[in-house]
Amino acid sequence: MIRFRIIKREPLPGWAKIVIPIAAILVTLILSAIPILLAGGHLWKSYFYLFYGALGTRYNLLETFVKASPLLLTGLAVAFAFRAKFWNIGAEGQLLAGALTATVFGVHMGSFPAVMVLPTIIIAGFLGGGIWASIPALLKTKLKVDDVVSTLLLNYVMIHIMGALLFGPLQQPGSSWPRSAAIIEAARYPILMARSRFHMGIIISFAAVLIIWFINKKTIFGYQSKAVGINIRAAHFGGINTTSVILWTALISGGLAGLAGVGELCALQYRLIMDISPGYGYSGIVIAMLGNLHPVGVLFSSLFFSVIIVGAHTMSRMTGVPTYIAEVIQGMALMVMLIFLLFTEYKIRVMRK
Amino acid sequence: MGEILDIAFISGLMGATMRMATPIIFATLGEILSERAGVLNLGIEGIMLMGAMTGFLFTFSTGSIWFGVFAAACVGMLLGLLMALLSVNLGLSQHVSGLGITLFASGLAMFIYRLHFGAPTVPPIIEPFQQVALPVLSRIPVIGPGLFTQYSLTYIAWLLVPAMSILLYKTKIGLKIRTVGENPVVADTVGVNVTLTRTLCLVAGGALMGIGGAFLTLAHQNMFLIEVIGGRGWVAIAMVIFGNWDPLKGTIGALIFGFLDGLQLRLQSVGLVIPFHIFLMIPYLLTIVALISVSRRAAVPAGLLKPYRREEKGG
Repeated sequence: MIRFRIIKREPLPGWAKIVIPIAAILVTLILSAIPILLAGGHLWKSYFYLFYGALGTRYNLLETFVKASPLLLTGLAVAFAFRAKFWNIGAEGQLLAGALTATVFGVHMGSFPAVMVLPTIIIAGFLGGGIWASIPALLKTKLKVDDVVSTLLLNYVMIHIMGALLFGPLQQPGSSWPRSAAIIEAARYPILMARSRFHMGIIISFAAVLIIWFINKKTIFGYQSKAVGINIRAAHFGGINTTSVILWTALISGGLAGLAGVGELCALQYRLIMDISPGYGYSGIVIAMLGNLHPVGVLFSSLFFSVIIVGAHTMSRMTGVPTYIAEVIQGMALMVMLIFLLFTEYKIRVMRK
Repeated sequence: MGEILDIAFISGLMGATMRMATPIIFATLGEILSERAGVLNLGIEGIMLMGAMTGFLFTFSTGSIWFGVFAAACVGMLLGLLMALLSVNLGLSQHVSGLGITLFASGLAMFIYRLHFGAPTVPPIIEPFQQVALPVLSRIPVIGPGLFTQYSLTYIAWLLVPAMSILLYKTKIGLKIRTVGENPVVADTVGVNVTLTRTLCLVAGGALMGIGGAFLTLAHQNMFLIEVIGGRGWVAIAMVIFGNWDPLKGTIGALIFGFLDGLQLRLQSVGLVIPFHIFLMIPYLLTIVALISVSRRAAVPAGLLKPYRREEKGG
């Protein structure tokens, strides 16, 4: 009888950290052939249009960056929280909270000097998401409420808060649709490249990668946050105020997700609508995992997913494969990556009995 | 006149409570079974959506609604098996495997639906379950018509609650399951196959989650909408905690949620000054409050979230 056992292996060399995600992406792309073929799509044509649609023209390439921006921010948000084992599954709600606060300021700041408007909105959006995320953090630290469940449930609470406001005080006067009035001109993110939607938010999200990397690697807080993630009890006995660390982690994590909401509002929609996010908060979980919770890893995995999402539209138009293929690929990528990560720590031994 | 309206309202509300609680009961029981064996299955939301879609698709294609339920259960089992493969056999993080399954299954459900039905302007519909009035019981004044005129799946859910209690507390299998969930090392020592037990519990739990999802497209509604589950899987996870991993107490939680959900629907139809989104929010908010109220006395299965690997001897 042949048995398989999973046993620990020697630590892999550093290059494996780069090779493994790439291998995971390749395997995912190969596995994607199954849903493509099931949908009756021509295989090579589908792959071609997937990449052509995302990278083939100047406009599409810049669109890929536009799409990557919210994914990068929610990915960083999740990665930063997971690193401290604060299971923040609520980036979606925090994104909405950020968009919501930004809308309130963006609509009403008409009488303020223009230079003040954007900084205020960005800070407000960051705090909106951050404070929303600090609720489950408080529930976790003070009342021992499971953070997975509370962050998930709060997503639905936030959707309905948004719905109530968009049908109520925030609704565009005279409209019967759940949408806010347009934000003022000065609240819009500048477009940085002509004939595209490449906007300032993309720069903000790239800057966030650097900032998070800096916090993680160079600050005491980054060290404490990691220590809490590795062993909260040891961190506590080592003199770290774990409650405060988790709260700050949540604030930053939620703030990043909030910035994703600000970007969607101020660079693309210019008004708050119910479907301002097609689930960026949930994609952020996959992106964070695929990026191995490292800011630079998150950067690359968000770009990869952005290629898939943007490319899926062209592929769908040209081959008839539904755009939801992007979601299927995301789910598969996460599982493939998990399995690959496992084999960085363990190996399978075949045993005969 | 007012009195008659009140009785009709109460009776209707009781009926709605039972209906809205049904998918949560199925899902909660499925999750309890998984967690009692030591595996938190966060794939629940995705499994329910796949169940809802599969049930609808098979009913639409074959015309047999029970075949739809069966197919939903099968898909739930397959996804439960996938969860077992990742979290039990490979010992990956239960949190992340579960979320991965939810993302994958949700994407797959929408993908397959789109593939089969395209993007129609009017969503396709099926002939849904009809409510069955139980003889005698349904004629009890006031409570009878509401409580005992239900869908068959609701009656099945009622039967499953005591069945699950008996399975967990009164049978040898239940003892094995609980031992595996509390202390896998002890279970292994006394000869219980930890991997197999966990796998089977996830598979059976997945079937229940799939049926819970199918209830929403085959009875509660007669069409498939992407937002049909709307976080009910997460609510079920909360109900497991609220119910202290006990089928009966979890069901009470599900009924409270069903009551609020039913009340919200009723109040919506009456026409209100307050935006209905406030009412939609209440069940989720109260679920969080419920979690706070029980968090200090939670009796989490001790082996939950811990992957089990036999120690290797002699490398």
